Amino acid sequence: MKPLALEPVEDDRLYAPAEKIYPQSVKGPFRRLKWRLLAICLGIYYLLPFVRWDRGPHLPSQAVLIDLTNSRFYFFFIELWPQEVYYFTGLLIVAALALFLANSIAGRIWCGYLCPQTVWTDLFLAVERLVEGDRRERIKLDAAPMSFDKARRRILKHFLWIMIAWWTGGAWVLYFSDAPTLVRDLATFHAPLAAYLWIGILTFTTYALAGFMREQVCLYMCPWPRIQAALTDQDALNVTYRYDRGEPRMSVKESVKTAAAGLPAGACVDCFQCVAVCPTGIDIRNGSQLGCIQCGLCIDACDNVMAKIGRPTRLIAYDNDENIERRIAGKPVVSRLIRPRTVLYAAIIAVVGGIMTYVLATRQMLAVSSLHDRSPLYVVLKDGSIRNNYAVRLSNKRPYVRGFQLSIEGLPAATVQVADEPSEAVVIGPDRTREVRLLVSVPADRVTAPSVPIRIRITDPLDHETAFASDHFLAP
Amino acid sequence: MAYLDKHEVDPATGKTTTGHQWDGIQELNTPLPRWWLWMFYACIAWSFGYWIVYPAWPLISGYTSGVLGYSARGNLAEDIKVANAARRKQSEGLENASLESIVGDVRLRGMALAQGKAAFGDNCAPCHGSGGGGGRGFPNLLDDDWLWGGKLADIHTTISHGIRAPTDDGTRVSQMPAFGRDNLLKPDEIRSVANYVRTLANLAPEPKADLAKGKTVFADNCASCHGNEGRGNPELGAPNLTDAIWLYGSDVGSIVTTVTNARNGVMPAWAGRLDPALIKALTVYVHSLGAGK
Repeated sequence: MKPLALEPVEDDRLYAPAEKIYPQSVKGPFRRLKWRLLAICLGIYYLLPFVRWDRGPHLPSQAVLIDLTNSRFYFFFIELWPQEVYYFTGLLIVAALALFLANSIAGRIWCGYLCPQTVWTDLFLAVERLVEGDRRERIKLDAAPMSFDKARRRILKHFLWIMIAWWTGGAWVLYFSDAPTLVRDLATFHAPLAAYLWIGILTFTTYALAGFMREQVCLYMCPWPRIQAALTDQDALNVTYRYDRGEPRMSVKESVKTAAAGLPAGACVDCFQCVAVCPTGIDIRNGSQLGCIQCGLCIDACDNVMAKIGRPTRLIAYDNDENIERRIAGKPVVSRLIRPRTVLYAAIIAVVGGIMTYVLATRQMLAVSSLHDRSPLYVVLKDGSIRNNYAVRLSNKRPYVRGFQLSIEGLPAATVQVADEPSEAVVIGPDRTREVRLLVSVPADRVTAPSVPIRIRITDPLDHETAFASDHFLAP
Repeated sequence: MAYLDKHEVDPATGKTTTGHQWDGIQELNTPLPRWWLWMFYACIAWSFGYWIVYPAWPLISGYTSGVLGYSARGNLAEDIKVANAARRKQSEGLENASLESIVGDVRLRGMALAQGKAAFGDNCAPCHGSGGGGGRGFPNLLDDDWLWGGKLADIHTTISHGIRAPTDDGTRVSQMPAFGRDNLLKPDEIRSVANYVRTLANLAPEPKADLAKGKTVFADNCASCHGNEGRGNPELGAPNLTDAIWLYGSDVGSIVTTVTNARNGVMPAWAGRLDPALIKALTVYVHSLGAGK
């Protein structure tokens, strides 16, 4: 193998300084898309806790609620109990695969458009721009000595940032308690300490991450850029500088001369607009790289310049190096959105989603589990019959009171009794569980084996819903 | 400084390399962000604050207690105090309610069962077993046979005052005579009555047993407490001799020993040792074990 040509240099850089980035404002379709997604995402986040959903008198009426006190999760018409947490596993699988699929179609669109870090940074940048002006003004303001105007702008900016951050933390805690009540309690200082504490923590993290850390989060803290590198392939559409068109870079005047001389002249005028608008401060013309979050703002910036100088737009576009190579070779470009990996990801999403929907749609609204007494395993009664005792837990997942009939299958001679239960059916409150003591007795002469498998059956006589728990009847 | 050594530049990326090389593959130098270093220093500074505020350094005897005076043990004591206060508040319902109304109320019963279960494990399980299954000489609380009665009130009295408890004036007392030891019956009479008692419970007697004699002995000596038919008497704690439950064993030898030396089991009185609400909770729990009477 040929060794790389390496030249020795003086270098003592152990730590990289964070170079401040001043992203410039830009207009265009990708910017518009980002504004819309920002409005939708933040709108959902801030307002969703206030959406109501009627579940009857016994359950909370908040559409989305994580009720930690009562161990329940509510999402519109879905209510999950702690033992159903596996639905979240399915959801996480779908979410991961959706990221994979998005990635194999158009790269890191999650990073560029939907990631909370991107969305809140965008919002904080908009505030910064509003108060301190665009890129040039901000650079100038940073360099200027402290003055009344600078102080005024700084204070206003940080005040607005903290207000947004505070509102962000405030919205977070509303997902864990009845939102209107909690808002009132927070305002009158009657809310639990934990609520204030969490608002404080999230205010701080939002302020720090969106105000100061920004692209540093993407470059150094987030694992996704690294995972992305392993997921992309040559057919994925990434924000790409079309060097086949752009190179060699030269000014408009120069390109006229060069073209007249019959030499190749690139379309890139080296105006650095793509760098100026980049929220992570990279130069997309260096090719696909870790720092690129694929937000497409450089496409807008470049298109604006190309339109002004009368050249075709999309010198930077969602494209891939394969097509650039094909264009250089004079071959037609190929768009392969449907290929094995996208089909596979979509298929797995469909399968997992289908299983989840099926399981959710057919799940039971009652449940029974049983625990056989461990000491003693059986009891001899006066008449010599054998009794086994079970701790049976019944769950009623409906929002109203239900009565369940308990019976045993697999032991024809058994008499079944529920300890201290006055009524025929075991009554369980709305959205509740209850443990009862089940006593199963079999006459001595009808005991057939030391261990007989049985099923404990509960039935709601009104809607005939039935559930079973498997156990054993033990005898000497 | 060693880091001022000459480094090499990778021509493809323009980055310096670390100088490490594996099979011709060079590692690029990607410096850590400076703020990361500052966070490291901030963590060190934070730890100094910790030393001052919280218990930190071991001393020859004890440790530096920190300005907050925090201690995990103190926290635990505080937590237990809070829990006890909460429990007391909930137990008020138990203390004032009748046993029947506790059983009839889902909330009170749930509380009584939970408290009773814990108290049973702490106080009763050493003799009656963790699940109430009992053992030789210690009644099984899960079956349908109750020496001193299996109604809620009976169980409550038994737990409160015990059985033959020397410390309690209101305790339940009865005394079976030691027929053999005190020479009230001759050994052959004891053997006969032991065999006769077995027949009461449909158990086979010994082949040459004198059952007629046993019957006479039983009528003269045992029937006053155990009843003419041997069905026992819960007023006196006299066991039912006709059923399948034998506290001290049903073989002839065990019965002979029982008649010879008598059996007078003792259970301590719990009134005064446990608070009234907890005794009620225990009563409800024990009653639930075998579905009581």
